[in-house]
Amino acid sequence: MLEVQNLSMRFGGLLAVDQVSVDVQEHEIVSIIGPNGAGKTTVFNCISGFYKPTGGKILFQGQEIQGKPDYKISRLGMVRTFQHVRLFSKMTVVENLLVAQHRHLNTNLLAGLLKTPDYREREKKSLERARYWLERVGLIDMANWEAGNLAYGQQRRLEIARCMVTEPQLLMLDEPAAGLNPAETKELDQLIVSLKEDYNVSVLLIEHDMSLVMGISDRINVINQGRPLASGTPEEIRQNDDVIKAYLGEA
Amino acid sequence: MAAQNLKHALFCAFITVIIAYPILGLNLVAEGTSVKLEGANTATVVNVFLAAVAVFLFQVFRDNIMGVFGKVPNLNPLAKRGPVPQEKRLLMERVFFVAIILLALIWPFIVSRGAVDLATLVLIYIMLALGLNVVVGLAGLLDLGYVAFYAVGAYTFALLSQYFGISFWLALPIGALLAALFGFVLGFPVLRLRGDYLAIVTLGFGEIIRILLNNWTSLTGGPNGIGGIPDPTLFGMEFGRRVKEEGNVSFHETFGIAYSGEHKVIFLYLIALVLAIFTLLVIRRFMRMPVGRAWEALREDEIAARSLGMSRTAVKLSAFTIGAFFAGFAGTVFASKQGFISPESFVFLESAIILAIVVLGGMGSQVGVILAAIAVTILPELAREFSEYRMLIFGAAMVLMMVWRPQGLLPMRRIQIELKEQG
Repeated sequence: MLEVQNLSMRFGGLLAVDQVSVDVQEHEIVSIIGPNGAGKTTVFNCISGFYKPTGGKILFQGQEIQGKPDYKISRLGMVRTFQHVRLFSKMTVVENLLVAQHRHLNTNLLAGLLKTPDYREREKKSLERARYWLERVGLIDMANWEAGNLAYGQQRRLEIARCMVTEPQLLMLDEPAAGLNPAETKELDQLIVSLKEDYNVSVLLIEHDMSLVMGISDRINVINQGRPLASGTPEEIRQNDDVIKAYLGEA
Repeated sequence: MAAQNLKHALFCAFITVIIAYPILGLNLVAEGTSVKLEGANTATVVNVFLAAVAVFLFQVFRDNIMGVFGKVPNLNPLAKRGPVPQEKRLLMERVFFVAIILLALIWPFIVSRGAVDLATLVLIYIMLALGLNVVVGLAGLLDLGYVAFYAVGAYTFALLSQYFGISFWLALPIGALLAALFGFVLGFPVLRLRGDYLAIVTLGFGEIIRILLNNWTSLTGGPNGIGGIPDPTLFGMEFGRRVKEEGNVSFHETFGIAYSGEHKVIFLYLIALVLAIFTLLVIRRFMRMPVGRAWEALREDEIAARSLGMSRTAVKLSAFTIGAFFAGFAGTVFASKQGFISPESFVFLESAIILAIVVLGGMGSQVGVILAAIAVTILPELAREFSEYRMLIFGAAMVLMMVWRPQGLLPMRRIQIELKEQG
């Protein structure tokens, strides 16, 4: 589904990402891990189109997407969350979900002004979808709160729901468990697995929480200082000497 | 602490004297060909001295005084009110709009001609402020050159009528569309800009239009402006004493009533009213449509909006274009009301006043913006008796407003959406 081949990203003299390859198949959770500053988020930014990679290829559904504008990439069915929650904090929870379905709605201004039946139908459907996902992530009672007033864990869940209402094929999560307590992390764990199992969404995950990563990933890619260090199943990674060295330092 | 206060207070009093004495006290007097500087009379000196003492006392007891101020937020009767349930609020809003429209409808028949003229001006400002509210309040794009689109609308009508004899009703959509086109074109270079940089570029754009109008003498008449802009007609009926254009008839003759200059003023007022209501309703719809939500999303977090598949280009351009469209409307009405326009009417101060209306009213809030437009237009008129101090009073009112209600008169409230299934 997603194939990243020899991705490189250079900022002036700094080679932040060097020849990294990642691939995600249908119905799979793939994680990228690595020490701080390893270039994980840079890889994300390249894939989602926020950066133009300086080298390598990115294929999504067999189509080359490197260098395409971010909003076009997301319209192909690949949406992401951010390391620091980025909600539309002054808008209500449900509005956050409606905004995300922008492109599913008829954006024809006249149709909206005149409230054509077709427009009403679409508006109703997007409300329905928003309601479904709010129930799914347990935020239905806060539907009309301003998103900025939610607790941190709820904001995280809302961000994921906001991605899901766009009905993506690939979900990219950048440190979704950062700042969550163990109970919330566990909930998140179940949510991510259910996204894969029940909604047939592939997930590309960046995470520091090892128990989460090891528990749910089908495959793991390790990056260190911008370079690929290892890749394989959680079991293989756990026993990889290079990975242990990178994480724990040379003994 | 007290010593610090004393020192600060002395300093403030000193500054007061230094600033006030030359401004209020010294006079330039022309004596034949030479100019002489004349000292102040005793009364002024005493007044300046008293002012300095007042400043000194205020600064010394500043904490106490501000403490007392802090205890009177109740100046605003709405301050302590809890959140009103959605249904009640929508009802109140509807009642407010209906009441104000009813009042606006009977207004011209109960007051003097001057008051109707002023009310027309208020309506023009309401249109402008509602339009700018889209750009600044909803999309969060600080536009300091909004007056440029107003000028485009006004000049479109003036030029079309001068060169092609086009009537008000035809010029109205053309003016608005042309202003929208200018908004669209300006949108392109500023797509990447945010905040301060955006403000500077839009400010520059506003000045470019004004300077262009000022210097393109062969087309626009430069600083002399364009006069003889025709009044709107009602189905071919003119409101002048005598019919100016072939084929038209005059209003008072058709209905067999005596000629009165007021008819024209009232008719123009009613046109402005209809257009203002149209502006209000259309933008109100937009706010509840995907495009309105997209504007707000872009204001809240551009990166997140893009990551969800929103095109920054489309969203920003639509905000600029729609905002400019309504400024063009207002400009056409303005040109028709004045009968004469010149670049003088489209200076930066106008942009600043419109922006002040939006900020005072509460960003994004339509009711607030309408109230603020009324207040900001009428306040300087009421304060006319204070002649040269009226801008000072206006400024003081703005400062106080920002201290007590920085979020604006009536901040925007979010729409609640009922999600639970019925039954």
